[in-house]
This record gives sequence, structure tokens and C-alpha cells, in this order.
Amino acid sequence: MQRGQGGKVPFGWNNPRVRSFVYQAAVLGIVLALVWFFTATAQENLARLNISSGFGFLDTTAGFGIIQTLIPYTEQSSYGRAFLVGLLNTLVVAVIGIVLSVMLGFLIGVMRLSRNWLVAKIAAGYVEVMRNVPLLLHLFFWYFAVLRPLPGPAESIEPLPGVFLNNRGLILPEPVFGATANAFFLAIAAALIGGFFLIRWARKRQVATGQLFPAWRASVALLVILPGVVWLVAGAPFELEFAEHAGFDFAGGMRLLPEFVALVLGLTLYTAGFIAEIVRAGILSVSKGQREAAAALGLKDSTTLRLVVIPQALRLIIPPLTSQILNLTKNSSLAVAIAYPDLVAVFAGTVLNQTGQAIEVIALTMAVYLTLSLITSLLMNWYNARIALKER
Amino acid sequence: MKNPLAAFITGILIGVGGLYFFLPYDPLARAERPAMSAGTAADGERMAAGETLRRVRQRGFIQCGVSQGLPGFSSPDERGRWSGIDADFCRALSGAIFGNPDQLRFRPLSAKDRFTALQSGEIDILSRNTTWTMSRDTQLGFNFVGVTYYDGQSFMVRKAAGIETTADLAGATICTETGTTTELNLADYFRGRGLSYRVLSFEKNDEAIVAYDRGRCDAYTTDASGLYAMRLKLSDPDANKILSEIISKEPLGPAVRQGDPQWEDIARWTLNALLEAEELGITSENLDEMLESDNPRVKRLLGREGAYGSTVGLNNDWAANAIRAVGNYGEMFERNVGKNTPLGIARGQNALWTDGGLQYAAPVR
Repeated sequence: MQRGQGGKVPFGWNNPRVRSFVYQAAVLGIVLALVWFFTATAQENLARLNISSGFGFLDTTAGFGIIQTLIPYTEQSSYGRAFLVGLLNTLVVAVIGIVLSVMLGFLIGVMRLSRNWLVAKIAAGYVEVMRNVPLLLHLFFWYFAVLRPLPGPAESIEPLPGVFLNNRGLILPEPVFGATANAFFLAIAAALIGGFFLIRWARKRQVATGQLFPAWRASVALLVILPGVVWLVAGAPFELEFAEHAGFDFAGGMRLLPEFVALVLGLTLYTAGFIAEIVRAGILSVSKGQREAAAALGLKDSTTLRLVVIPQALRLIIPPLTSQILNLTKNSSLAVAIAYPDLVAVFAGTVLNQTGQAIEVIALTMAVYLTLSLITSLLMNWYNARIALKER
Repeated sequence: MKNPLAAFITGILIGVGGLYFFLPYDPLARAERPAMSAGTAADGERMAAGETLRRVRQRGFIQCGVSQGLPGFSSPDERGRWSGIDADFCRALSGAIFGNPDQLRFRPLSAKDRFTALQSGEIDILSRNTTWTMSRDTQLGFNFVGVTYYDGQSFMVRKAAGIETTADLAGATICTETGTTTELNLADYFRGRGLSYRVLSFEKNDEAIVAYDRGRCDAYTTDASGLYAMRLKLSDPDANKILSEIISKEPLGPAVRQGDPQWEDIARWTLNALLEAEELGITSENLDEMLESDNPRVKRLLGREGAYGSTVGLNNDWAANAIRAVGNYGEMFERNVGKNTPLGIARGQNALWTDGGLQYAAPVR
């Protein structure tokens, strides 16, 4: 420190650096003491009231069933396993919901600015209705709206052979991967990597020579042709295992639960209303001159939107979009209302009830949502930094 | 800065020291206590004894945790008045303590939140169709004071489905409420028989019953008493039936926090008094005549002989007041769930032991 100060202020209370250092250490000390104090008090009280504590319960047998498990789980699995099942169920809803709501939100946001009166008003109506109805009502509405028209398992609708639709869900044949599956997946991976480099090469060439190459279309073609050839040469990579009618229901196959569909639908439609407004604000923030300049260059409306307006609007869209994405993830915890087994339903619901260890269970649940939110923020901030205005 | 470490340590010491100075008590002394072994637990209990009653008296009412609406056990009517066995038990308790059945507030709690509410002291007693199990008694830090209703888990199915016994439920989708013992019983039952099933656990039974009504599930499961109550909420109650098989034992009873033996005694003996009153033929109607009775058992119960109330910090007419509030156990049962109510449940296991049932109160003497 003396280097920076040139040794003018001696070490001691009069040195502002020493003072601020002491203050900060004091605050840190207070925080640490508080954390320790609360932990000690909680432990003391739990012990006094004979309430079990600690995370040992995670290894205990759970003993209850879960209707949707993405990883193998039985009643004999542990509470820790049930936690993972719930976490994955939350993640799958959140990821699908985010992708769909961003796509729908962009579409509605752009529609609302359309010069077509009808299109603009439809979008405006959508936004007002979706945003102003509580999410829980959305979920109940969609859940019971999804259930009502569907027939019982005995009268299943069969839109395609082997595909059944009833109030137990959408039941699909399950692909069972055979010996040639590896080659098939290898072909897909190769096509993806090839497409990536093709697009990079095309962009470089366009910058260097101005020549266009339909790299996106070529990549998609690659993605279809390469695995297709492997399929033809080596035979089908999987066999379909069809669901069979058994008792009340179907056995085998994969199924999409009505609870899952209703939750994704409710979350997507609700969040898309907010995203649409964010997108509209972002687009409106791009100055009119940009559009006019693009028009003067002879660009089509759609091209102007894609290449001129959206890239500039994104700078304004991304930060509030991040909080909508976080909202969607956190809102998925309402799932228990319609019996979708997400983290809150399985872990902070059934497990909490069976073990009674509220502090541990809720702390773990909070830690999960905090971690998910921080990871989302990190990714979005990284993306935001990438598209931020580059001052040249 | 020559010595940043010294500055840092000074800062931490100032922070921790400053905070320690302002704390209401000494956390260091508390941290040492576990080393003094479990022998001190009794001291802890003695310290807390009477605490709940003192606080309830000071506050002027009992905080009573009930369900969010289960007809026959605890459910509010359109004017917000709670009725049901569980609600009445709290009234009896209020009668025993204050001599007035209405010095209490009902706290509707979801199955999920009820235990935390009792642990945290938000309610004084949990009277919410709660099954007495070992883990709840030992791990959650509660004590159950008795059984207000002997129940058992069963299933409701559509008559048209052709299900006669629980064995026919193999492969069925079953709706239930989360946060109860039913999920575990269900899993145990089906696992024990090697049958497959799918369970849909809703947060509230209102949605669970709608989902069942819409055909999302083949069966709805909860305690048999709850099934009778929930059947009333269906669009066509008569198209549904309740299987006679019972797959679990569900002794429902009120629970209190562990650590205040006096409060536990008050709750336990209020329940025993209601049962004892039925056994002795004391009802809310003949109570005044019974006060003049020569039967020593009646005299003791109604506080004409001995001083049983004062041993738990109450007046000697505590039991008489409890009976005046809600009647004896039999009256409470018939009024809320009995033959002449929409639920129409027979006494069955809940009859007194003298009538071949399981209700058997320890004597007041």
C-alpha cells in the first residue's frame, strides 16, 4: 500500500486504507457471527424439541411412488434419489417452457407491431389476457381444459398406429436402441460438427469475398442425409416397442402426462405475454432512421427486421428477458397444484412430510433454485456481453 | 499497510465482540450444553412445563390447527363457523381451560404445512385428522394425546369400472393428496403384493377429487372417513363406491409439541373425559342433573370430589365445562359424522369398548 501512497500516510488509524479495511473486516465478522449464532440456536432448539436434524435422511428409503421419473426410480430408492427425480422433472419443464415461451414471445411481440390492424390487435389482446390472469388459474384452466375433451383409456384416440391419446396422457411407442445405434448417433454428431464448421466457413468467405453460400440449408441437409445413409446401410438403429392395452391403462411405451402438458402450456403462455412486451419495447427502442436506411438500401421488411432491427433490439431485450426466464423456472414450483411431480412437490412436499426435517429440506430446495437462477444469469450475462454494443 | 493481518483480526474481533455484547444471551454457554449429556433433558422439560397453558391464558384463546375443509372433521360453513369432530375437540379444550367453548381461533392448515405450524409454535394443538405414527411421535418432536377417530385407508372407485376388491386395482392410476401417510401406505400395499400402480399426488384434495371426477384416475384414496366426505363433492356421488377393504391402520388424534407435559396432560385428559362421560351416561343435556349424582365416578369426573383439575393447572369443573361445550364423545360423533349426517358413518370401531368398539378411556381417578 505504501507503494501506491508513496509512504505519505503512515500505517495507523489515520490511513484511510487501514480504516476501510478494518470496517470491512468488522462487517464480515458480524455476518459470520450472525450465521453462527442462527445455526447454533436452530441446532439447540431442534435438540431441545427432539426434532431430528442433519442430512442423513437422504440415504433412507423413500418408500413412495412418483408418476414421472426420467431416471430409474422405485419405492426402494433413497430420498436422495427422489430429490434427483424431482430436480430433473423441474429442469425438463423449465427448459422446454423457456424455449417455447421465448419463441412465442418473440412472435407475439413482433405481431403487436404489425401494420396489419387485426394481427396487432390479436397480439395486444393475447398480452392483456395472459399477463393479467394469475398463473395458478392458468394452470388449473389448462389442466382441466386438457383433461375435459380427452376420453378414457378404453376409448383412446389413435391418430397414428401405436400412438394413443387419452386422459392418461399421450402414449407413444418407445424406441429400443439396437446394436447399430452407436453408428447412427455418431452420424448425427458428425453432421452437427460438420454443419457448425460449414457455417463458420461460409461466414468467413462472405466477409472476405462477399459471396453467399446457403450454409444453413446445407447443414440441415447434412443432418438429414448423413444419419439417413447410415440408417439405410446399417439398418434401423432402434426398434419401436408399442404400448399395449392392459387393464385400466396401457403398459409399455413412453407417455406424455396431461399434468406435464398443462404445466408447460400454462407457464409458456403466461410468460410469453411478458416476453412479448419486452420484445416490443426492444424493437421500439431502435431508432426509426435505422429502418428507413434499411428500406433505402432496398432490404425487404423481413430482412430489415432480422438483420437490422432485432440485433440492435436484443441489447435492450436480454436483461429483462433474463428475469422472465428466471421467473418461469421458479414459477414451475406451482406444479404440485396439478400433481406434476416437480422438485417442490416431491422433495419439499412428500419427503418433507415423511421426514419432518423442514430446515434441511427447504434449505436444499432453496439452494437448488438459487443455483439454477445463478447459472441462468451467468449464461444470459455472457450472451448479453457478446451482443452488447461494440464501441469501435 | 504494513500489517494487513493485524488489521483484519482487529476488525473481526470488533465485529464479533460488538455483536456478542448485544446478544440477549450467551451462545457460548449454550454450545457447551450437549456435552452435559441427555440427563439435562428432564430439566428442559421442567422448565417448559406450564409454558403453553400460561401463554394460552395470557393470550385469551387457543390456536387450534385444523384442516382446510373436511366435512365431519373440520370444515367451515357459509358463515365461517367450524364444525366437525376435530373442531369440537378444540372447543372442548377451550371449555376445559376457559369455561367457554369459543375462546379459540381455528387455523386451517394444508397437510403439508401442519407439522411445521405445530413445531414452530404457530398453533398450540394440531387437531386435524392426523394419523398417530411412530416417526411423527419421535422424529417430529410431537406427542399424540389419544385417538379421536379410528380410521383406515381405503379406495373410492367408479361403480361402472367393475372393481370389487383392491386386488382389481393392479395397473390403476390413483389420485391422492400429498403430505399425508396415504402415499406411503399406497406404495407399501402395492409393493407388498407386487402390483403396479401410478400415483398422482395433488397439493389439495379439492383438485384431486376433480381430477378423479374427470376420469384422470381410476381410484381416489384417503382415509375411509375422508372418502365418505369427499364423495359428497362429486358430480354424481351415487355412481361411486367405497371399497370395503381397509389397507392401513389410521388412528387419528390430536397432537401437541413435546416438552410441555402439563399441556399434553390437559389435552389427553380432556379427550379421556369426553369418552368417560359417554361411558357414564353424562350428556350435555343431563349434565346439571348428573352434577347431583351419587356415583363416585361421576362425582370425580365432574369435580364434585377430589381435585383432579388443579393437578393440571385447571379448575375442578374442567371436565364438566368440556362436556357442556360439545357433549360427550358419542354426541360429538353422531352430530358430525354419525348416521343422521350426510356422511352417515356407523360407530363401528369407534364405539366404546363396552359396546364392542375400540374407544377405551383411562379412568379419571
